[in-house]
Amino acid sequence: MSKLHIETTINREPAEFLCEPHETVLSALRNGLGLTGTKEGCATGDCGACSILLDGRLVPACLVLAPEAQGRTITTIEGLSRGDALHPLQQKFLEHAALQCGICTPGFIVAAKALLDATPEPSEEETRYWLAGNLCRCTGYDKIVRAVLDAASEMKGSAA
Amino acid sequence: MVAIRYETPRSVSEAVRLMAADPGARVLAGGTDLLVQFRTGVRQPSAFVDIKRIPELMSIAIDAHGLRLGAATPAAVIGEHAELRRLWPGLAESVRLIGSTQIQGRGSVGGNLCNASPAADTTCALIVNRAECVIAGPNGERTVPVEAFSIAPGRTVLQPGELLVAIRVPRPAARTSDAYLRLIPRTEMDIAVAGAAASVTLDAAGLCTTARVAIGAVAPTALRVPAAEQALVGSRLDEASLKRAADAASAAARPIDDKRGTTAYRRTVAGVLTRRAAAIAAARAREQGSHP
Ligand SMILES: Cc1cc2nc3c(=O)[nH]c(=O)nc-3n(C[C@H](O)[C@H](O)[C@H](O)COP(=O)(O)OP(=O)(O)OC[C@H]3O[C@@H](n4cnc5c(N)ncnc54)[C@H](O)[C@@H]3O)c2cc1C
Ligand code: FES
Ligand code: FES
Repeated sequence: MSKLHIETTINREPAEFLCEPHETVLSALRNGLGLTGTKEGCATGDCGACSILLDGRLVPACLVLAPEAQGRTITTIEGLSRGDALHPLQQKFLEHAALQCGICTPGFIVAAKALLDATPEPSEEETRYWLAGNLCRCTGYDKIVRAVLDAASEMKGSAA
Repeated sequence: MVAIRYETPRSVSEAVRLMAADPGARVLAGGTDLLVQFRTGVRQPSAFVDIKRIPELMSIAIDAHGLRLGAATPAAVIGEHAELRRLWPGLAESVRLIGSTQIQGRGSVGGNLCNASPAADTTCALIVNRAECVIAGPNGERTVPVEAFSIAPGRTVLQPGELLVAIRVPRPAARTSDAYLRLIPRTEMDIAVAGAAASVTLDAAGLCTTARVAIGAVAPTALRVPAAEQALVGSRLDEASLKRAADAASAAARPIDDKRGTTAYRRTVAGVLTRRAAAIAAARAREQGSHP
């Protein structure tokens, strides 16, 4: 079976990979490219663990075919920090203890980044609705929401 | 397993050719129904025909005649369109209810219609707005009203080789507005137990001159409810006429009994949602009348 050769941009760097036509981007990232930060929870669009940005838009990587990445721009959790400097969302998740087992965390942080890109000062309600497609079985969500709101105010402060 | 192909047509005619040449091929829009069905073994297409690189399928155009919505435009893009939200608030609401932020980044109105779930959230709002499906196929283009597009759960009027290109919605008349409501057990991320949409037009004196009502998830396909419409037309959309419309919607519902709700419950809820949707549409239409 002949594999497809896909050229794309991942986390600001040109990238290429081989994939089956029916493989998902999630599988290509994790198995083909070794970018295992993006998690698989359900594989059917329900849990948000696989959240990535595709051309800046928040999507579930389990419901995107790998060849769809041709010529597109992908951002994964690995693309958020700059060198050793954590993204403010990552820092705030640590400070607020917004994770326990951590499997949902990359998805929440990528989804929250998309929220703050679109709405730099979200209300708590907007934050909760935006993140409704991200499931967490450990934290009870409250610390996650606090971390996102705190990151938003810090980012606003540093932008000013 | 035989190799599945992945195709990226750049034009509608190329997509039609690909679909006509291979009866096992499936159109891939956002994939939020199709890739789940593929993953769970419900569907095994021979090819995914990805229509998202065809510009006219991914665009929103509004002019004096109305809206032309490219069939594969993601829900999130629709939800961000201020003019669309202003002209068709109920339709925009129905689109913004689909799944989560992530699902909205992919899922389209064309996919919602073509998947043909009785509970699909956009169908009722499209029906009350007199929307039409623009279909392209080997024999050219044809249009079908949204209310006639789905014929049974999971089945549409699409023939082999055909694809849904766009949804056309006429521009609303003056003092016209719409609303869509659904009932789900949670606050988001669930499938409707029942849904209802209404669109009403008022005259300068506040009398309802035209009304459209549709209910979802309470029959094999979404239903228009002419008796509910008649209950509203000629009235001031007062409590008594809203109640008659609600009773007509409950009477028209033919729901199933399942874990989401009993037949009797769904019937009642279809009526309640009809009354509330009509009241919201009326309030929106009156609001327009006060700022022409
Ligand atoms: C977690 C989750 C939550 C969801 N929540 C909701 C919800 O709240 N409300 C709701 O209504 N739905 C919901 N859905 C279902 C789904 O997201 C919607 O039906 C969505 O609108 C489908 O659009 P799509 O572009 O992803 O379709 P796809 O999956 O790409 O396609 C669906 C079907 O239609 C066919 N098709 C698509 N486009 C065309 C076209 N232009 N011409 C011909 N055939 C076509 C495909 O071949 C396929 O059979 C949910 C799904 C998930 C996974
Ligand atoms: S793994 Fe993609 S949404 Fe759960
Ligand atoms: S921290 Fe365990 S699922 Fe969220």
